[in-house]
Amino acid sequence: MTGLHLAVALDGAGWHPAAWRDLLARPSELLSARYWSGLAAEAERGLLDFVTIEDAFALQSSRFEGPDDRTDQVRGRLDAVLVAARLAAATTHLGLVPTTSTTHTEPFHVAIGIASLDHVTRGRAGWRPQVSGRTPDAAHFGRRKFPRFDEAFYRAPGSAAFVAELFAEAADAVEVVRRLWDSWEDDAEIRDAETGRFIDRDKLHYIDFEGEHFSVRGPSITPRSPQGQPLVTALAHDVLPYEFAARSADVVYVTPHSREGTAEIIAQVRDAETRTGRTGEPLKIFADLVVFLGDDADGRKAELDELDGAELASDAEIFVGAPARLADLLLDWKAAGLDGFRLRPGTLTRDLEAITRALVPELQARGEFRDHYAETTLRARLGLERPASRYAAAP
Amino acid sequence: MPKQIHLAAHFPGVNNTTVWSDPASKSQIDFASFIHLAQTAERGKFDFFFLAEGLRLRELKGRIHDLDVVGRPESLTVLSALAGVTTRLGLAATVNSTFNEPYELARRLATLDHLSDGRAAWNVVTSWDAFTGENFRRGGYLAQEDRYSRAKSTLRAARELWDSWDDDAILADRSTGEFVRPGQGEFRYSDEHFDIEGRFTTPRGPQGHPVIIQAGNSDEGREFAASDADVIFSSYSKFEEARLFYKDVKDRLAKYRRKHEDLKILPATTYVLGDTEEEAAERAAQIRRAQVSPQTAIAFVEGFWGRDLSAYDPDGPLPDLEPDLGEGVSQGRAQFRGDRGAVVREWRRLAEEKGFSIRELVIEVTGRQPFIGTPRTVADQLDDFVQNDGSDGFILVPHLTPGGLDDFVDQVVPLLQEKGVFRTDYTGPTLRDHLGLTAPRTSRKEAR
Repeated sequence: MTGLHLAVALDGAGWHPAAWRDLLARPSELLSARYWSGLAAEAERGLLDFVTIEDAFALQSSRFEGPDDRTDQVRGRLDAVLVAARLAAATTHLGLVPTTSTTHTEPFHVAIGIASLDHVTRGRAGWRPQVSGRTPDAAHFGRRKFPRFDEAFYRAPGSAAFVAELFAEAADAVEVVRRLWDSWEDDAEIRDAETGRFIDRDKLHYIDFEGEHFSVRGPSITPRSPQGQPLVTALAHDVLPYEFAARSADVVYVTPHSREGTAEIIAQVRDAETRTGRTGEPLKIFADLVVFLGDDADGRKAELDELDGAELASDAEIFVGAPARLADLLLDWKAAGLDGFRLRPGTLTRDLEAITRALVPELQARGEFRDHYAETTLRARLGLERPASRYAAAP
Repeated sequence: MPKQIHLAAHFPGVNNTTVWSDPASKSQIDFASFIHLAQTAERGKFDFFFLAEGLRLRELKGRIHDLDVVGRPESLTVLSALAGVTTRLGLAATVNSTFNEPYELARRLATLDHLSDGRAAWNVVTSWDAFTGENFRRGGYLAQEDRYSRAKSTLRAARELWDSWDDDAILADRSTGEFVRPGQGEFRYSDEHFDIEGRFTTPRGPQGHPVIIQAGNSDEGREFAASDADVIFSSYSKFEEARLFYKDVKDRLAKYRRKHEDLKILPATTYVLGDTEEEAAERAAQIRRAQVSPQTAIAFVEGFWGRDLSAYDPDGPLPDLEPDLGEGVSQGRAQFRGDRGAVVREWRRLAEEKGFSIRELVIEVTGRQPFIGTPRTVADQLDDFVQNDGSDGFILVPHLTPGGLDDFVDQVVPLLQEKGVFRTDYTGPTLRDHLGLTAPRTSRKEAR
């Protein structure tokens, strides 16, 4: 297939803070398996590549630097890895990409969690590592003192070093996870009754990671998973995160606001790949867009803005309009060098259904989107090989 | 009315109880194996499905132990996936309280409780060693004597977090525009292990708190269970010792103003069935031999001797060498801690008395098959054990993955049901309902 890749970002009732007030929203079910299974089934019905599941250690807030007292927006969320696992049996082809923190979560736990997700989905697991530099997150763990991370700090000279530190640590965390995923060779299990050995321990490897921030010995407790290396994805808005993605990820989500902006960002990402000495497959670049789709999209968004008391603001471009016009835009931006898009539905389930039932057919009609799932693993769907373990002796 | 038996299914583990050399033994990691055992347990109306944990592969003589099953998934991830293929079965995860932080642990357990509609349980384990710590960025840092104190703190902090949301916190009321009641998730917890505060992300699960399981046998472990646990995973499956343990722990409950039935004691146990008593005994002997291969026999005595004994013949007599009681050669197994010298002296006596070879001795001392017989006799034995206060039920540990409980569910469960000592169907949706734990704690805000 030469067409584009399409993912959807799932979060709460949708990406508009007042999305839960949409008449088709199911706001009292946001913590239920039924709700999430329904969303995943809908995404799979639309033959989407994968869904991402947002997560954060901080309760949702309208303020960047800490919690607020608002009671008119969605508050409360579930652990994203477990949500993804819960969807394993509800889907058969859809990729599942949960978010975890590289700042506070142990890389060992992440490695076995995502590997286990890959086992239970038979090769459909991905991962979005995310830094969490906010002060309240650190207070939830009580292990580290972070500077007050507000706008003033962000503009102050010291902040760059702090952010660089967070990303350096994130790169170490991903390196540890990737080594753990490779720490069992594929054929380590031998079940040799003659010698009484279940495994060939020469095919299990200590990873002996020694970094500036921590060390991890290994090997993993979890055998190598169907994809070997589940798909690693990263959201990036700036040069430093582009470099993190270039070092650590298979897919990067970027946030252009125009065709020209798309071309500029792609050039920056490719520069970051060169600077970091990336080898192998180049990053797959996806653009993020918040979408409100349909004839009534303008009115719906205006109504939600009104209810929320503010116009929706986002790091990503906000598209409001007909699915056919969105198809035009996607194909136009794709021509600048994108591999695909991660759409953030303004309201779930309404805008998700518009994606799967209107946008997808529109793209299919133009020969730009698959008409069935051909590949069984998420990596294969994105045209990525299943890598051999880095510890395997060359054949 | 007779006591009702509670049953749990233990997914086969990474010790030599699990026989991998049998042709019927399937993958220990393929999700199909987990589905098979969980759905079998649910067909048998079991209370819960249980997954163990070990955060570092075990080592013997400085190398990864390769004779037993090796490799398992992350417990909570697999249980969340199993929530999608079961509807009533409880889902119990073993999660370490030393190498996890309360905030993250509490939200993951509350998440499983939401996604399973109230079926989550947490087996609180307390490994503390530096060997395991090498896999974690914080490393091994806990003195052995602090492990229960850290475990208690972790549990207290987790309860604080689970209580930080009201049961009816989410209003989702379009007409008033109120999604949530004010102040949800606010918490502050401080003691010698933790100093944490903020807003907890995850609303209270259907059970309020997941079911808490505790597995230690020590005096400290018993006290922890009496004060804090809903279920004990006990290792006493021989009746006399089980009865003493049962009484000891139940007697401790009053001190914490808890009732006899607030804590269920479930020993891990195995069983072997046959059409006749003789056939069952024959099968049991075969299984024990399969569990103790010649190599496993040597590795086992090495663990206690603290020495390389690979030159010894497993079918010959015990080594005449004295054990090395220093550091030992085994890492990551609780089994080889404690007074190894005394164990070796006892084995020598036993081997001499019975004329046992190394392998025969290991088969004898590791054999834990208290229930052997026809389905009828096993059902009677299990029932007697419970009615006479040896336990409140059992955690069954099959020796085969994943079909190891098929015969029990097909042949023994119906007999227990006939006797009126085991449910014929689930009576409620949550694991607390199955276990008869009728008093979920009220949230902090309600208690005010």
